[in-house]
Amino acid sequence: MNKLIKSLLPLALFIIVVGFLFKGLYLDPHEVPSPLVGKPAPAFTAPVLAETGKTFSSQDMKGKVWLLNVWASWCGACREEHPVLMDMSKLSEFEMVGLDYKDTDAEAKDVLNTSGNPYKLVVTDAEGKIGINYGVYGVPETYLIDKAGVIRYKQIGPITKELLYTKILPMVKELQR
Amino acid sequence: MIPEIGQFSLILAFCFALIQGIFPLVGVWKGQYNLANTVVPAARAQFIFIIIAFLCLDYSFYVNDFSVLYVASNSNSQLPVMYRLAALWGGHEGSMLLWVTILSVWTMAVTMFVKNLPESFRIRLIAVMGLISIGFLAFILFTSNPFERLIPAAMDGRDLNPLLQDPGMVFHPPVLYMGYVGFSVAFAFAIAALMDGRLDITWARWTRPWTTVAWVFLTLGIAFGSKWAYYELGWGGWWFWDAVENASFMPWLVGTALIHSLAVTEKRDAFKVWTVLLSICAFSLSLLGTFLVRSGVLTSVHAFATDPSRGLFILLFLVVVIGGALLLFALRAPNVGLGERFGVVSRESLLLANNVVLAAAAGAVMLGTLYPLLMDALGAGKISVGPPYFDAVFVAIMVPGIFLLGLGPLAKWKKASLPDIGVRIRVAAIVSLLSAVLIPFIMGKITAMVAMGVFMGIWVISTTWVLLLNRIKTRGLAASHILGTLKAIPLAFYGMLVAHLGVGVFILGVTLVKGYETEQDLRMELHDTATIQNLVFRFDGATEIAGPNYISSQGTVVVLQNGKEITTLKPEKRYYPVQGSVMTEADIKPGVIRDLYVSLGEQLENGAWSVRIYIKPFVQWIWAGCILMAIGGVLALSDRRYRIGNKKVLAETEDLQRVVA
Repeated sequence: MNKLIKSLLPLALFIIVVGFLFKGLYLDPHEVPSPLVGKPAPAFTAPVLAETGKTFSSQDMKGKVWLLNVWASWCGACREEHPVLMDMSKLSEFEMVGLDYKDTDAEAKDVLNTSGNPYKLVVTDAEGKIGINYGVYGVPETYLIDKAGVIRYKQIGPITKELLYTKILPMVKELQR
Repeated sequence: MIPEIGQFSLILAFCFALIQGIFPLVGVWKGQYNLANTVVPAARAQFIFIIIAFLCLDYSFYVNDFSVLYVASNSNSQLPVMYRLAALWGGHEGSMLLWVTILSVWTMAVTMFVKNLPESFRIRLIAVMGLISIGFLAFILFTSNPFERLIPAAMDGRDLNPLLQDPGMVFHPPVLYMGYVGFSVAFAFAIAALMDGRLDITWARWTRPWTTVAWVFLTLGIAFGSKWAYYELGWGGWWFWDAVENASFMPWLVGTALIHSLAVTEKRDAFKVWTVLLSICAFSLSLLGTFLVRSGVLTSVHAFATDPSRGLFILLFLVVVIGGALLLFALRAPNVGLGERFGVVSRESLLLANNVVLAAAAGAVMLGTLYPLLMDALGAGKISVGPPYFDAVFVAIMVPGIFLLGLGPLAKWKKASLPDIGVRIRVAAIVSLLSAVLIPFIMGKITAMVAMGVFMGIWVISTTWVLLLNRIKTRGLAASHILGTLKAIPLAFYGMLVAHLGVGVFILGVTLVKGYETEQDLRMELHDTATIQNLVFRFDGATEIAGPNYISSQGTVVVLQNGKEITTLKPEKRYYPVQGSVMTEADIKPGVIRDLYVSLGEQLENGAWSVRIYIKPFVQWIWAGCILMAIGGVLALSDRRYRIGNKKVLAETEDLQRVVA
């Protein structure tokens, strides 16, 4: 009996995987509540990409509504998101800061040089330390931060056009008032 | 007309697959062998019709028949002939046709070369391959028909994705598919053996060469793919851990474990349950990979929310094939004997440990690949798991495995003594430790990762060398007889040495290129120079040239060493008007010690360009290592005991090996 149970183990594992795969076929990305929403954004100071010696501090953005977009050159979903970010930067309704997460500067610069730079500036987080404070567990993630430095909205996964127009822009307008 | 012939052939092939998959199984079960014996003719008929279908589709590409939807979507009248023919596997429908074509090639080979097996076993073996074929043919016919007409016909085609317009594209997919579809043979052997209740030495002996052939193809396929990415993507990376790559890498890891486990089962009659499970897993992972790549669950979430039929079909097929196989395994495995016992320290136990390491590595890759999907399914959002995870976890798991790789072949079967192994590896350990310090010292920078990588690489190479010396010694070393001694060692043994050597070379390549590559992103005007290490790169401007279906800006970069020209590189930026896309074609001067890699970025004002220059030390060793592994596989296959119809030699060689071992 014991032996039979042991030999059923691979099948059981497989069934679990199939369950996830099945669900995966019908999935839509959707928003997830984050414990950080409504709390002050963790402060950080970090080097600016491509500008040796320059640093950026989250305090610099006090009094502005801004987006913090966590991305990396190795992240496929970020590439998907990139055109939307480019559109967003052309609207110039607000400023967006990129956080280059666990990446090398060279590769990050590459991406920005070849496909365009939607950011006001990009700070680097090669070790992922800032990411830990923000509870980043996957890339891309985006945080909407208000004038007082409080996180108002968190998007896990790529920003879509739909999300930009139905959610983010209205929220920004609201917060800018 | 031709596409209709293709379509019709495919339907006929499907009918023959039904016969091949179902009748023989019923026949064997009921003991009606006239029914069961339909298996070989049905398999061969299926093969012929699939080949006809394949040729029909390729002919449509050749003559630019844009009334076929698939041709119109993936080709163009300006496309060079070689790429037109390869465009067959440039899209979804054609890839599936290639898949099933290669499956039928394997089946055909099985019907020709598998002899001297018990009748029921052989029939079931071929029938199982028929069952797999049924699934894929049904998938093609019902959800992904490559022969669908486009009426009215398109004026011209939408062209093959420019990324795929490369000689690599012509060879990479068929070789890769030969590999992972090839594991279907080991799978079919395992299922047939479970059905037949015949998990024994004969089964292992027959599975082994088939598995090795598939593994050799897969190794080469992955290496080709990596090389292709290296020169085609234009930024010098050679492995990205993306879902498509992982889909081929997981079966490779499990297949590697399987090859080793089969050796133990054949020689010692041990690990049978584990071996059969690995046989099932290797092919299951190939199928899973096909699902991941073809259903789009990982790459684009929305794509199949609207039309999940393809994904659903493959998933259903996965459930039937893998679920059925694992169920059969669960029912039969408890009755399989344990085989010969072995000591805690023995070649068996070390091989088992190595197997666990490889399986764990495959598991870690699978977890990383599926993690985004799991998180999404659990409602935690869409995320991306990238190289930071894979690099860290994969290296951590493989380090003990690589260490064991050095020890395993030196240990004796059944029971080995640690002090004895210790004495044998003494020199290898010292050499590896010294190299771990010396090589980084020579390269000019010492880091812990590089030192460890060099240690591992040299460890593998030096223990492999020790192994050869040991083998010569046990045969009695006399300088005059050295050639004779070397000749008497079976080819399979050399195969192992060369493959392991390949692993060492690969590790050194990866370590040194990761540790010492340099990269410069420069703005260069006409005749600007850049000095990197002892080399001077001079930019001699860019000129427009016209290709067959693209327009290219070709830069000229002259490389000088001590004032002398050593090479001229001509990187290109190509514009493909049909799809409106721009491709970067890097130009590379490969070398044993280092590659010089130059690619063009954007055109800037005043005739200046952004130019990217990489110096990649030892990067070629990565692929050289893979090729050595593949050569090792081929050597093992050429061993004389595998020569067909040579049963006497087979018996003799085995006696010999018993004596030696």
